[in-house]
Amino acid sequence: MRSTTPDGTPDRVQRLTISKAINLGLRAALDTDPGVLVLGEDVGALGGVFRVTEGLAKDFGEDRVVDTPLAEAGIVGTAIGLAMRGYRPVCEIQFDGFVFPAYDQIVTQLAKMTARTRGATPMPVVIRIPAGGGIGAVEHHSESPETLFAHVPGLRCVSISNPVDAYWMTRQAIASPDPVVVFEPKRHYWDKAEVDLDATPYPLHAARVVRAGTDVTVVAHGPSVPLALRAADAAAEEGRSLEVVDLRSISPLDLAPVEESVRRTGRLVVVHEAPTFLGIGAEVAARVSHSCFYSLEAPVQRVGGFAVPYPAARLEGEYLPDADRVLEAVDRVLDA
Amino acid sequence: MTPTTTPPGVTPAPTALFSSPVPPLRTVQLLTPDGRRADDGEDPEVVALAAALTRDDLRGLHRDMVLARRVDTEATALQRQGELGLWPSLLGQEAAQVGAARASAPQDRLFPTYREHALALTRGVDPLQVLSLFRGVDHGGWDPQTSGVNPYTLVIGSQTLHATGYAMGVQRDGAVGTGDAGRDTAVLACFGDGASSQGDVNEAFVFAATYQAPVVFFCQNNQWAISVPSDRQTRVPIAQRASGFGFPGVRVDGNDVLACYAVVRLALERARSGQGPTLVEAFTYRMGAHTTSDDPSRYRPAVEVDQWRARDPIARLEAHLRRDHGVDDEAFAEVAREGDALAARLRRGVAEMPDPAPGAMFDHAYSEPHAQVEAERAWYEAYVAGLQDEPVTGAQRGRA
Repeated sequence: MRSTTPDGTPDRVQRLTISKAINLGLRAALDTDPGVLVLGEDVGALGGVFRVTEGLAKDFGEDRVVDTPLAEAGIVGTAIGLAMRGYRPVCEIQFDGFVFPAYDQIVTQLAKMTARTRGATPMPVVIRIPAGGGIGAVEHHSESPETLFAHVPGLRCVSISNPVDAYWMTRQAIASPDPVVVFEPKRHYWDKAEVDLDATPYPLHAARVVRAGTDVTVVAHGPSVPLALRAADAAAEEGRSLEVVDLRSISPLDLAPVEESVRRTGRLVVVHEAPTFLGIGAEVAARVSHSCFYSLEAPVQRVGGFAVPYPAARLEGEYLPDADRVLEAVDRVLDA
Repeated sequence: MTPTTTPPGVTPAPTALFSSPVPPLRTVQLLTPDGRRADDGEDPEVVALAAALTRDDLRGLHRDMVLARRVDTEATALQRQGELGLWPSLLGQEAAQVGAARASAPQDRLFPTYREHALALTRGVDPLQVLSLFRGVDHGGWDPQTSGVNPYTLVIGSQTLHATGYAMGVQRDGAVGTGDAGRDTAVLACFGDGASSQGDVNEAFVFAATYQAPVVFFCQNNQWAISVPSDRQTRVPIAQRASGFGFPGVRVDGNDVLACYAVVRLALERARSGQGPTLVEAFTYRMGAHTTSDDPSRYRPAVEVDQWRARDPIARLEAHLRRDHGVDDEAFAEVAREGDALAARLRRGVAEMPDPAPGAMFDHAYSEPHAQVEAERAWYEAYVAGLQDEPVTGAQRGRA
């Protein structure tokens, strides 16, 4: 599975896709902790519909990489019981739109169990959700439900935008004693980057400036980060310097780098695929408007999906934010 | 309940292909309502388990049931006095719960609903911890490690999946089928007739059957889901649902503590030895209201309650102990005195129960600090510190 150097030792710096990086993160966790289990539909012999778990069942056995019955509430509900017995289940939900049969177990049980038992029952359960649109899929395969989870006390939520985070956030989420919902950018599963498997990881719940700039701060997460970077490239050609911040963590939100940036730029655009109404951008806007009130030169602008059900694939290009919509918002904060 | 009749308005299928007769169902009973042993025709293993119970064992089962009922009576009174916010009475279900609890091994894990007071008491949960939940002091945070009883679950049926997952963990720990009676472990998943309609319960059946998890699904069919009778939940006896999932189902007289004990014990042993899940339906009756907020006179006739009162689980065992084991009035009076002493301790304990510290709500939202929670805790503490002139507890503020 692993690439190796000529002398046979594993190559510790590899060029990986997001899918492969998550796979290696799962592999490392399965390797180092016998309590880690991977549960989900088609995660075994098939390796998952996105091949994220490819080879894991073969190498770690079907008792640890478990093809479950086709029942999401059952996957998460039994994961809660496994966690009570001391295991660290990692649940794969096949697509974002399929998580809702499990939503009751996640919201009502998983998120509250630690508080209900006054700390006696930690819930080290990870729920991996391929999220976001842009793949020309049928209904229920392109959604961005992060707000619906981030709003639930007791859950932690993170959003992957690149292969390095894919590897480390997977490992860190599994190591957490709290339930972590991990949103994986399905449209970008095959994006590649160099990953140093021996690097010191960036903290799980810290936002990060991924492109320095001086004129406008653009905040994004998950699949909207590559979009924001493309928009920044386009803006640069027009002489506008965008600073891009990858939120990385949705719950808790780390807005310190955003606030630091906005105090310099005075302008903020928030981008995500989820509907802007009550989306993460609303929270970012409210908080930054409060903390950076005297630095802001323009109202915070939000770019995101519309308040309609995710449209059929032929229309998703109209629904999803693209570089033009980001740049239009940049114009608005600069022209204010 | 007879399921072989065609529903009204449905034309019978012309061929036998769709006739789908449900096989007849037996109810395991070892003790008749008037307290006589009724072993004839029952499963020999079930009979043998009950026969192995000594006079002291039987008195112990009686004591457990009496104490549980006394806790229940006291808790209902405490609710009426305003000391508890709510109380779901277990009246009538003592035999099912005590039998199941006494059938379990110390290492077994029991997943209760919110009405398992007799089960919790018998397994050693201090009833004051149960009362603290219904007083609103906490959400039921006793330590399951000491009693083997998980905290109560209020959402109907959710815990059956947790029980199944826990049982899957037991399997992975190699604590099934070793033959070591102190190691092999089973799980008891409690639920009710209403819960049998929930998707989670049916998914738990699927998962348990698929993985042959060491779990016993223990359904106390108390006939009523608040106001809805059990025939609104199922067209077949609940025990017979199991066959469709691929594991055995047994109905037991839920007001017969001997039968409940023996059948659950056999099912748990089956699970511990690696033979997979079993569904046990304890056919019983909720003699009281759903909770202290409920008024059953709006939906069920008093005569039905009277009929079930004649099958009272405690009276039944008491009659048996008097007839066949020479237990006398003084012995029963002693148990009653013990119950009164327990009730007095609960009254005192509830009165002395402190409200939680105002900031306690922030303590366990997460196992590790969460920036949002910590920021809000800091704000709250500063806010409270600013109210020094009029210190009030969080609970008082909530009532204001």
